[in-house]
Amino acid sequence: MTEFLQQLINGLAFGSILALIALGYTMVYGILRFINFAHGDVFMIGAFAGFYLAPRVAALVPMPSILGGLIVMAGSMAICAILGILIERIAYRPLRRGTKLAVLITSIGVSLFLEYAGQKFFGAAPRRFPALIPSYSIENIGGLSVSSNQIIVLGVTLALLIVLRFIVQKTKIGTAMRALSFNPEAASLMGINTDVVISFTFGLGSALAAAGGILFAILYPAIDPLMGIMPGLKAFCAAVLGGIGNLPGAALGGVIIGTVEIFVAGSKYSTYRDAIAFAILILILLVKPSGLLGKKDIEKV
Amino acid sequence: MLEIKNLVVNYGAIVALHGLSISVPARKIVTLIGANGAGKTTTLKTISGLLKPVSGEILYAGKNIAGLPPHHIVGQGISQAPEGRMIFANLTVLENLQLGAYLQKSRDLVRQEFERTFTLFPRLKERQKQIAGTLSGGEQQMLAIGRALMSRPRLLLLDEPSLGLAPLLVKTIFEKIVEINREQGLTILLVEQNANLALEISHFGYVLETGKVVLEGETRELRQNPKVKSAYLGG
Ligand SMILES: Nc1ncnc2c1ncn2[C@@H]1O[C@H](COP(=O)(O)OP(=O)(O)OP(=O)(O)O)[C@@H](O)[C@H]1O
Ligand SMILES: [Mg+2]
Repeated sequence: MTEFLQQLINGLAFGSILALIALGYTMVYGILRFINFAHGDVFMIGAFAGFYLAPRVAALVPMPSILGGLIVMAGSMAICAILGILIERIAYRPLRRGTKLAVLITSIGVSLFLEYAGQKFFGAAPRRFPALIPSYSIENIGGLSVSSNQIIVLGVTLALLIVLRFIVQKTKIGTAMRALSFNPEAASLMGINTDVVISFTFGLGSALAAAGGILFAILYPAIDPLMGIMPGLKAFCAAVLGGIGNLPGAALGGVIIGTVEIFVAGSKYSTYRDAIAFAILILILLVKPSGLLGKKDIEKV
Repeated sequence: MLEIKNLVVNYGAIVALHGLSISVPARKIVTLIGANGAGKTTTLKTISGLLKPVSGEILYAGKNIAGLPPHHIVGQGISQAPEGRMIFANLTVLENLQLGAYLQKSRDLVRQEFERTFTLFPRLKERQKQIAGTLSGGEQQMLAIGRALMSRPRLLLLDEPSLGLAPLLVKTIFEKIVEINREQGLTILLVEQNANLALEISHFGYVLETGKVVLEGETRELRQNPKVKSAYLGG
């Protein structure tokens, strides 16, 4: 039982990071109906932005500290938001009237570009991510060993999900996002500048991926330019599992896939841990292609 | 108020409008009638900026607005209740109306518009919290018109407001259109298949055939025109 709870906590922490990445896939899909395969690499850039920001922030506030950690995370989110907006502006927008396939392939190109640019500028070897926040191990809550880092990951994810929900449900730009994802033509008849909403969506999704990158690096402090590939693919599976285009679905899918993966990793089938997300993807596509929370008619004509 | 000159619009290789010219004077209701595929929706979409014309001019308050993006057109005071209503079925009635006032910065003016819309369509007030996709067809049409009015337009474009509604509801909707025009002095460009009713409530009419105006005039005269009678008014 203790063993189970222990794995559950580990799984939820990992899963919430996948959830943060999955939200970006699903938001962009909801609005432009394509999968942005460069999204996992934005997550990687988020971690590296934190890596380079940390010493600069340490010159201003004592580190590791909660305040310092938050400043680094906010900085990394801002950098990635701008990066996401630029990627859309430069690589995807010129193809807006082209086929979905053209944009999809372009996103793979952007992905490779970020990975190789990362290797050139950050070096291909893993780097040690600095300690942003004080870390304790809280033992013996019923025999469980929980690290303060895990609690921070869960807490920050929850806070970001609440902020995201507020933005999407209660603000003007959030309502515009929902309108645009339902019917772009009707949205523009309302006076909505669809380009602005699309940029905002890329910025928001990329900021969440950056937060995921920082949290990931806090839990697993070795970062390298290819670190975004696997979490990116798994988060994509999570978005499909939850129902692509559906925000709560993406969060749920991330938590499920992350948790299942950690359980598999802790079992005798641990060599299959990286395959499990794809097994779940195949399963859901066979059983309920629209995803757990997805609507049937999500694909537009 | 609106003056369209020699408008040409293509869909790829298909020419949908070949040199369309119409004029919509201020404070009047002008109707475009014509068979399926005549180019009525294309005309309204081009005015709204959803389609870019190949050539021709759309003069609005003296300026050529042809080819401007849709949000600029709305910003200049032209709004549209599109064909098929296109309400946001995933949002509430209230959110749909709020989106109609997307460009309005002043909260006071938005509140005023809500009041005006709810006075015009009390049904929408009762249904504010409801998801718009669950409204009846008639209610959805009221929402589409109400939403278009929320931006305080000076020119309202209506594309087949009678589509798919029972005769009694069509009558209600048309009464509202007349009311908006009379009481608010709003200029309206109305596209209709229901030529009888459209000619009854409008001041001027244009008959479109394959992307061109074939007849135009005051509606009183058009209704007496033997060609219009046989082709559009059922004898
Ligand atoms: N997206 C499109 N792609 C290609 N051709 C189109 C498209 N939309 C309309 N057309 C063509 O353009 C012409 C004019 O269409 P339009 O929709 O303006 O007609 P309409 O007068 O509104 O007809 P209806 O009364 O049936 O709504 C038609 O021949 C139609 O087939
Ligand atoms: Mg039409």
